[in-house]
Amino acid sequence: MALRRSVIGIGAGVALAAAVLWGVALHAPPARGNPPGPPEARPVEPPLAAAPGDEIETPPPPFSEGIFPCTRCHKPGPDFDDGRRELGDPHDKIKFEHDAEHRWCLDCHNGEQRDHLRLASGQLIDFGESYKLCGQCHGDKYRDWRAGIHGKRTGRWDGHKKYLLCVNCHNPHSPHFRPIHPEPAPKRPEMIR
Amino acid sequence: MSSDGKRHLAVIPGAPPAADEWPDVPGESPKATASRRQFLRSAVGVAAAGLMASCGKIDMEDFLRKQFREMTPEDKQRLIARLERKYSEKFHQPVHVSTVGPRPGVEFGYGLDLSRCIGCRRCVYACVKENNQSRDPQVHWIRVLEMDKEHGVDLAHSNMYYDADEVPRPGHFYMPVQCQQCRNAPCVKVCPVKATWQEPDGIVVIDYDRCVGCRCCVAACPYGARHFNWGAPQVPDEQLNPVTHYLGNRPRPKGVVEKCTFCIQRTREGRYPACVEICPVGARKFGNLLDPTSEIRYLIEHKRVFVFKEELNTQPRFYYFYAT
Repeated sequence: MALRRSVIGIGAGVALAAAVLWGVALHAPPARGNPPGPPEARPVEPPLAAAPGDEIETPPPPFSEGIFPCTRCHKPGPDFDDGRRELGDPHDKIKFEHDAEHRWCLDCHNGEQRDHLRLASGQLIDFGESYKLCGQCHGDKYRDWRAGIHGKRTGRWDGHKKYLLCVNCHNPHSPHFRPIHPEPAPKRPEMIR
Repeated sequence: MSSDGKRHLAVIPGAPPAADEWPDVPGESPKATASRRQFLRSAVGVAAAGLMASCGKIDMEDFLRKQFREMTPEDKQRLIARLERKYSEKFHQPVHVSTVGPRPGVEFGYGLDLSRCIGCRRCVYACVKENNQSRDPQVHWIRVLEMDKEHGVDLAHSNMYYDADEVPRPGHFYMPVQCQQCRNAPCVKVCPVKATWQEPDGIVVIDYDRCVGCRCCVAACPYGARHFNWGAPQVPDEQLNPVTHYLGNRPRPKGVVEKCTFCIQRTREGRYPACVEICPVGARKFGNLLDPTSEIRYLIEHKRVFVFKEELNTQPRFYYFYAT
């Protein structure tokens, strides 16, 4: 399987957080004589199984056949229709069930240059980094995903791991997990001869 | 045992004379006694021959060999060569049997997210395939219990034989149960022949060559995690996983007990167990409990965790948790 590598700046993030905390500890005035107040909420950076500098492999995003690059049809430029409307071919198959009342395509897709996604801050990101986009709203899931709790990891428990992207399991337009057919039930002991 | 490692029969002073030296029993003619003796001798001979024949091709070296844990590397090498030859002949393909030991500083732990599991049973069949369980008669190391959300984790309201077009079914949640790799394992305590023990990395293993099939451990396990081979296990040649471990998924004979080993043949090589890799919802987590940066440590420290049947003090290494 051809996996595209994307480096997640985990190591840098952890190091930065540690440096900030260290700085705070160094420059905090000595609390002498003050009654002990409630403990300050400290930013909790989840421990991540990847060592600093480790690469985490994610598979390429699951595009529909022939859909990418978007700029083949959507020419880059400032003229685009952001209106809510019935989608035509080839997007008529999209069933939009992702907070549809409040959201529309260009909240996540970038209007001017369609080969990118757009964060709320306006920053453009690749489709391979879509987890950053999902993490804007689903922060708890994003945190768990980075720690290897939400979602699936394969690879090695003692080393290099492969993550699945959010969109490998959840259709971003209709993210609820679809029920699936179970494997057959075990035989009852009385049926085993 | 003498210093040269060979057994010697002790000669006890004053011991009864050997059978041939017994004085004839008064009242019986020497001829009658001799014929009885001859009869007994031949009877014992026939019985021994019959026993050997009924066991099939029994290798005396197999029969008299040392306990696996006491074997030297050379002993193990000889044993493995013999086993590999035997299995390769039986399954018509090269079969590899590993004896890789535990790594220092590693204790395996397992996490299962009950808020994610959808009861699809993919893990059950991935396990069967990976670990060469018998297809017929059927042996499954993982059972997936369907439970009512209304009742919570309650075995009285669980069903492992559920059948549905689609899972998860509304109003239900699913709890897969397999060996919990207890620190205080009842199955290990009851084994009368020390055929099962706990490895330093926490995996409870069975030596199938030592198991006598008494099934005490099956009765002792509160999780139903041990399974007895009532019939000769049937694994078709083309479905055999030829990458095996001596204490794990090597082919088993009829009449021995088997169980989940956290896929010892994979995890000792650094890979994830088969059930972890197959799970379509990522509900299964695995890692080193002694590594503070592992997933398993993260979930124990940050999530709502419980161990199954905690009141029995079995101290499992298998942690059920709720990620949400």
